[in-house]
Amino acid sequence: MGNFFLPAATLWQRELVRFWRQKSRVLGVVASPLVFWLIMGYGSGDLARFYSGALVLTVMFSAIFSTISIIEDRREGFLLSMLVSPAPRTSLVLGKILGAATLAWIQGLIFLAFAPLAGVGITPAGLLPVAGAVFLISFTLTGLGFAIAWKMTSTSGFHAIMNLLLVPMWMVSGSLFPMATAHGWVRAIMWVNPLTYSIALMNHTLRLPGASPGAVESLAVTAVFGLGMVVLSGMFAAQKATSSAA
Amino acid sequence: MIRVENLTHKYGGRTALNGVSFEVRQGEIFGLLGPNGGGKSTLFRILATMMTPTGGRATVAGFDVARDPAAVRRQVGVVFQSQSLDKALTVEENLRAQGHLHGLSGADLRGRMGHAMERLGLADRRKDLVDTLSGGLRRRVEIAKALLHKPQVLLMDEASTGLDPAARRELSRHVETLRETEGVTILLTTHILEEADRCDRLVLLHRGNIVAQGTPAELRASIGGDVVVLEAAGAKPLAEAIERRFGVRTTAANGHVRIEIPNGHRFITEVVEAFPGAIDSVGLHKPTLEDVFVRETGASIG
Repeated sequence: MGNFFLPAATLWQRELVRFWRQKSRVLGVVASPLVFWLIMGYGSGDLARFYSGALVLTVMFSAIFSTISIIEDRREGFLLSMLVSPAPRTSLVLGKILGAATLAWIQGLIFLAFAPLAGVGITPAGLLPVAGAVFLISFTLTGLGFAIAWKMTSTSGFHAIMNLLLVPMWMVSGSLFPMATAHGWVRAIMWVNPLTYSIALMNHTLRLPGASPGAVESLAVTAVFGLGMVVLSGMFAAQKATSSAA
Repeated sequence: MIRVENLTHKYGGRTALNGVSFEVRQGEIFGLLGPNGGGKSTLFRILATMMTPTGGRATVAGFDVARDPAAVRRQVGVVFQSQSLDKALTVEENLRAQGHLHGLSGADLRGRMGHAMERLGLADRRKDLVDTLSGGLRRRVEIAKALLHKPQVLLMDEASTGLDPAARRELSRHVETLRETEGVTILLTTHILEEADRCDRLVLLHRGNIVAQGTPAELRASIGGDVVVLEAAGAKPLAEAIERRFGVRTTAANGHVRIEIPNGHRFITEVVEAFPGAIDSVGLHKPTLEDVFVRETGASIG
């Protein structure tokens, strides 16, 4: 299995090189959460309240961008030749997810530059847990995106899932209103929504109000969900095709 | 090198391959010729280990594609019909990534990349982004990529699709050179007659069945003499009338009547005189693979 890390590393590197050559992608990913945050923040007079939500949205958009490309890439693209190479599928999954997660992380870090507007001061020492939390969330959302994308045969299907599942998931994660003030079934959904714990994790590390559930619980749920998604992606990718997708 | 025995594949209720058998020898350029939907792509995908057949068996370099796909993948290089290059990367970066997927690295990989680019005339384009290359050049990068791990067999699916005739001929030349210099066995699928004619041997596939096989010359020789094609508004009745009058076999389709006949030039004068006004145009040619296909199936390849 000396053949495991080289394919994963080359895929990771490929994501970074592509990103570097298409730097304008940063704008597409960071701009809309930023506009959204500024409108909600200035409109309500509380920029701090929506900051974590907008940061996670940035990471989510990046993760979706990266994983949606899997669908086309597998039918006609670079992924095709990976599928007929002797490299283990699990190594390909890991490389792709780590690469896409790194991009999401970089864009999340770019969004952190706006933290002072929310009244958040990040000291050099405080940056480490914040950057760590952003990476963990990037990894989790990329894993989720991969698991969805691998099962899709068209990008329009992914867009439907994004509008019907991912965006609503984000809306009921504490990004817009805290769990404590939510009512009835929405509150129940928030409680089981893994993204709720991601938002809480950001609020904890940024020392923003509305940090609930607790820090340990948030960290644990996000990490377990992330690992679960990666394992699921690996299982999907390892399945052997008996009929052709294209 | 490749052995296919009674290979069958069904998608749900549809039979894409219906008990196909053939053998490809070491160092051959072997063609699968047929129209789209004939079963070529299914066969290709099975040999490339992208799909498990529902019946029969296929081996490449002695390894079973269904039971030992990992071993097969080390022995085959695959060139897809659709592009499998990353356009945002350079020629060299694409090749390097492919090498890494095969566990190659360092000086060994650099040597192989240099060799492959040299062979396919890509050395001066190594730093270019794939996005800036022409279709023909991209195809050559695909082939270079497929050869990096020194496979014994090269599988090419409709590799010349979308290329102009000049680029297609150039690609064929490169493929022939590879067979000579690297001793690689090549199996290609095509629906282009000119490309099929350059193969050492081929099988004609139609609706999942092999309708004919042999060398291009043998297949063409299976049609005695010449092929006469008459264009006529009333092709069907004309064909029947010709059969009655001359006692020859005809096929009529799409406003054309085809007749296989020795000494076609004499037949033409007779038939034109026999049916004045009924024939719009007359053509005579030596048999092509298309003619073989039409005779065996009644359908055309294009």
